Amino acid sequence: MKTLTIDEFARQIRTKQITAVDVLEQCLERIRTEDPQLNAFILVMADEARREAQRADEELAAGLDRGPLHGVPISVKDLFDITDTPTTAASHVRDGHVAGSDAIAISRLRRAGAVLIGKTNLHEFAFGTTNEDSAYGPARHPLDPTRSPGGSSGGSAASLAAGMALATLGTDTGGSIRIPAAICGTVGLKPTYGEISAEGVVPLSRTLDHVGPLTSTVSDAWHFFHTLRGDTVLRPLAPSAVRQLRFGIPRKYFCDLLDPEVRRSFESSVDALRSAGATIHDVEIPNARFITTIYVHIVFGDAAPYHAAALETMPERYTPAVRMRLEMARYVLAEDYTRALEGREVLRREVDAALSGYDALMLPTVPIPAFKIGTATVDLNGSKEPIRNITLRLTQLFNITGHPAISLPCGKTSHGLPCGLQLVGTRGQTDQLLHVAAGVERVLSV
Amino acid sequence: MTIEDWLKATLADAEHRGLPELKPLLEGLAQATTLLRSAGFGGSANDLPDPGEDFDH
Repeated sequence: MKTLTIDEFARQIRTKQITAVDVLEQCLERIRTEDPQLNAFILVMADEARREAQRADEELAAGLDRGPLHGVPISVKDLFDITDTPTTAASHVRDGHVAGSDAIAISRLRRAGAVLIGKTNLHEFAFGTTNEDSAYGPARHPLDPTRSPGGSSGGSAASLAAGMALATLGTDTGGSIRIPAAICGTVGLKPTYGEISAEGVVPLSRTLDHVGPLTSTVSDAWHFFHTLRGDTVLRPLAPSAVRQLRFGIPRKYFCDLLDPEVRRSFESSVDALRSAGATIHDVEIPNARFITTIYVHIVFGDAAPYHAAALETMPERYTPAVRMRLEMARYVLAEDYTRALEGREVLRREVDAALSGYDALMLPTVPIPAFKIGTATVDLNGSKEPIRNITLRLTQLFNITGHPAISLPCGKTSHGLPCGLQLVGTRGQTDQLLHVAAGVERVLSV
Repeated sequence: MTIEDWLKATLADAEHRGLPELKPLLEGLAQATTLLRSAGFGGSANDLPDPGEDFDH
C-alpha cells in the first residue's frame, strides 16, 4: 500500500482535502484488516488517538498550527514510556508495568500535535534483529508474512510499510532502525549519538542506544527528526546537488559478504549516483575486523546489570533465546569491557578519517533481503553466517562510533524484496547528512 | 584472567546454575574475547618501546 507521506498529509490537511480524523480512521482500518496477520502492534490506542486527531482538527480550524507533524498518526516502538500505558519491551518481565510519564521523545511528538496510534512489536528488549523473540509473537513482513520485517524495530517498520501509520518512532542500538527500514523498504534514520534524548526509553546499551524515526521519505525523516530534537524553528530541507557530492565506499569488510541481489542493487545505485555526477572513491576502516567483538562486549557489559535482578527472580519470563544471551552477557569481564571502549575510540577515529574529504560514506544497509522467519543461518560466499551476525554486520559500527547514518530504499530483488542503501555522515552533522540523503533519494527514485 | 581460565570458570558456573545450554554461547564469546584481546586496544603495562625509536626517559 502506498502510504501518505507527512509532506502530503501536511499539504492536504491545510487545504482541507483531508482531516486528521479521516486519515486516522484509514490507518485504524488497515490495522483492523492487516494486523491480525502482521502482528505489528502490541497495543492499539484507538480511543486516545481518536481524541488526539479530533483535537488536531479543531486546533487547525481555530488557527493553531503545530507544524509538519500536526495530526499525523505515528506508531511508537514499545520501548518508549507513554503515560498511563504499559511499556512492555515485548517481554513478560515487564508485566504489570504502567508508565507514570512520557518519554522525552513522546513529549516532543505530543507538543508537535502528532497522533499516537499505538505501540509496536519488537525483538524482546530490543536484543535481536529478527523480531522472532517477542512475548507477543513475531511481527511479520508486509510483503510476505512468512518473512521477518527485521528488527528490533520490526513492528514499527511493518506498521509504516503496511500503511497502518504515516511514520514510526524506533530505537537503534546496533542497527534496529536501519535494518528493518531496509528490509521493509522505508527510510530509517539513526541520528548522531546523544542528539535525541533516550530518557524514558527502556535501555539495551546506554553507550550505543539511539532514538530515531522510520518514515516514507527523507523529507519526512527531516520533519520527524527536528521534532524529536525539540526544534521550534522550522528550517527547510535542502537536497544536495549530487554532482557536487563526494562519497567514500568502505568496500573491504563491508562489501565482502553480500547476497548477490543486494550487491546488484548497491552497485546499480553507485552507478546511478556516478552517472549523476557524484565523485565516488573507495575508503578503508583498517580495524573493521574488530567491529563485532567490540560491539558484543559493550552491549553485553551494558545490558547485564540492567537485567541481573530480573534474571535472578523471574528468568522464566524471558523468551529462551534472549534469556540465554543475557545470561552470557553477565560473564563479560570488566577488563574486556574496557578494552572494547578503547577499541571504540580507535574505530571512531578511523570512521572520522574515512569521512575526511567526503560528504558521506556509502554502503549497503543489510547484506541480505528479508529472510524467512525461523532462519538460523544464511549461505554467503560459501560460508554459513548466523542471521544475527549478518544482519548487524554493516550497521553496528556506527552505533559504536556515534556517527549519524540513514538507510534509503535502493531497489528490489527479483522476488520484490527491498534493499537498503546506507549513508553515514559526520558526527554532529545529521542535518547535513539529511541534505545529502535527499539529493541521493532524488537520483535513486527516478 | 586468561581466556582459558575464564572459560573453565564460566562453564562450571553455568553448569552449577543449571544452564548447560550456555556452553556453546560461552565458547563463542571466548573466541570473540580472544579476538578483542589480540587487538591490543589501550596498550599494556609491559609494552616496550620500539627499539628503533628514540627513548630518553
